[in-house]
Amino acid sequence: MILDVDIRHRQGAFALEARFQSSGRLTALFGPSGSGKTTIVNAIGGLLRPDHGRIAVQGRVLVSTAQDVHVPKHRRRIGYVFQEGRLFPHLDVRRNLMFGRWFTPRAERRANFEHVVDLLGIAHLLDRRPATLSGGEKQRVAIGRALLADPQLLLMDEPLASLDEARKAEIYPYIERLRDEGAVPIVLVSHSVAEIARLATAIVVLQEGRVVASGPAPDILRHTSVFTQAGLAEAGALIEAHVLRHEDRFGLTVLQARAGTLTVPRLGHPVGSRLRVRLRARDIILSVRPPEGLSALNVLPGLIASLDEAEEASVDVQLACGGDLIVARVTRKSVEELGLRPGLPVHAIIKSVAFDSEALGGAGPESM
Amino acid sequence: MEGLSPEEWTAVRLSLKVALAAMAASLVPGIAIAFLLERGRFWGRQALDVLVHLPLVLPPVVVGWFLLVGFGRRGPIGSFLAEQFGIVFSFRWTGAALACAIMGFPLLVRAIRLSIASVDRRLEDAAGTLGAHPVWVFLTVTLPLILPGILAGMVLSFAKAMGEFGATITFVSNIPGETQTIPSAIYAYTQVPGGEGGAMRLTFVSIAISIGALWLSEWMARRVRRAHAP
Repeated sequence: MILDVDIRHRQGAFALEARFQSSGRLTALFGPSGSGKTTIVNAIGGLLRPDHGRIAVQGRVLVSTAQDVHVPKHRRRIGYVFQEGRLFPHLDVRRNLMFGRWFTPRAERRANFEHVVDLLGIAHLLDRRPATLSGGEKQRVAIGRALLADPQLLLMDEPLASLDEARKAEIYPYIERLRDEGAVPIVLVSHSVAEIARLATAIVVLQEGRVVASGPAPDILRHTSVFTQAGLAEAGALIEAHVLRHEDRFGLTVLQARAGTLTVPRLGHPVGSRLRVRLRARDIILSVRPPEGLSALNVLPGLIASLDEAEEASVDVQLACGGDLIVARVTRKSVEELGLRPGLPVHAIIKSVAFDSEALGGAGPESM
Repeated sequence: MEGLSPEEWTAVRLSLKVALAAMAASLVPGIAIAFLLERGRFWGRQALDVLVHLPLVLPPVVVGWFLLVGFGRRGPIGSFLAEQFGIVFSFRWTGAALACAIMGFPLLVRAIRLSIASVDRRLEDAAGTLGAHPVWVFLTVTLPLILPGILAGMVLSFAKAMGEFGATITFVSNIPGETQTIPSAIYAYTQVPGGEGGAMRLTFVSIAISIGALWLSEWMARRVRRAHAP
């Protein structure tokens, strides 16, 4: 168990009562603003003392109000990447990166400076002052600074929230590499479904200070009701695939998943590389007969596993497609007219253009 | 205008010694008190705040009189220090330095306190999560960030000490070579016929030292700023 949290805390009118465990290499704390995500990471990092409860990281108890344990933040060895970076303005990038190392016992220094600098692509910034860096560069340096303190867990509190889409796209690959290297487990706070679909291996969904769902990312993402409750109707399935071939004449790439082949806009990934693909529930159309004469290139045959109520007029249909579970959001009317029921064979149709960069992310061999 | 007489040189040297000693001696307590007042949450904080600021609003002669009563040879603190440690303030240059330090203390504390208030405490939290003990956080993050405020406070304290007159003359009198600083010497010149020349010379020296101190502090502040930002 990497992370074991069971805390209660009251701050003015806001009451947090969170209990969850995670063994994920990247656990996303997900929920709308004010749901208690930052309060939880602050309690894990030691910036906040919860009223009641217990927090253990990698088996080590950091907080236990029952046993009167409260390890001060400088002895926790929990890295923290803040939303605003918080680089030290009076130190250059190199000294910012080395800051945590000064306080790490020699025997416990594992992170290699060159490796981290290389991983984050910040070698050319070492002699610069934080004030001269762009937002994306600052966040990469902040991640490097936390890593070089050799933490047992890395907390990231919406590290990309202040960045525009282009800068986010610049940082995602670094977080993916970090996750797939697996040296440090990560807890990521986010309120973006696209972000957690791309990065998370485990998800904890929070709403108004309570955990409403937690578990492996593919399981949580398929359950649209969790997200509609949280006020975000962005549910969909997360499946793993690898690049089968590129069709350069059409600007397309063909992916192989357990559910079948998927044709998507041309990707830069080499043949054979693994990806995670998000199929948004609202981008999927169902047909009870094999479709003909359609412009959509992706047709996945499968069996209806279950029907879940979503919003008033819609139903989420869970499909088993050759070992992958995907979910389609259809209207209640379609369910009735097509006679959809569990066990019925159907075809899921997805337009290739439904795959944009935020629906596709690199995946390591065991990131799911 | 002819050069300074040996007596005038003595007054200038003594003034510099007294002002530097006053500034140096009040630096560490000044930083500590500024921290207590800005960050501390304890009973009696308001009272401490008032006490520190008293020299700013009291007539200097009153402060000098309190020092005379408290730190004089027969005063409770003065006699204790003299018996236990052999430290004597009354009618010595150390007494002048004590008077100057106390008069400049509120200025020093105010400047440092302002800079502490402007420190982003989230940076200190960040340093904590990187494994830095609170003492190290202070030395490696807080102190460098408040350095401009400390420099400003030091200059104010030094300048105040160079100009201090009322408390000094009340506490340690006006003894040439021991407690006669530039202001006391100027005062002495104005009390005797034909002293205008000496008063004028010392006035120019005083102006030159003050401008020099201001220039030095500006130069240091610029260096610090350059080290902090691009």
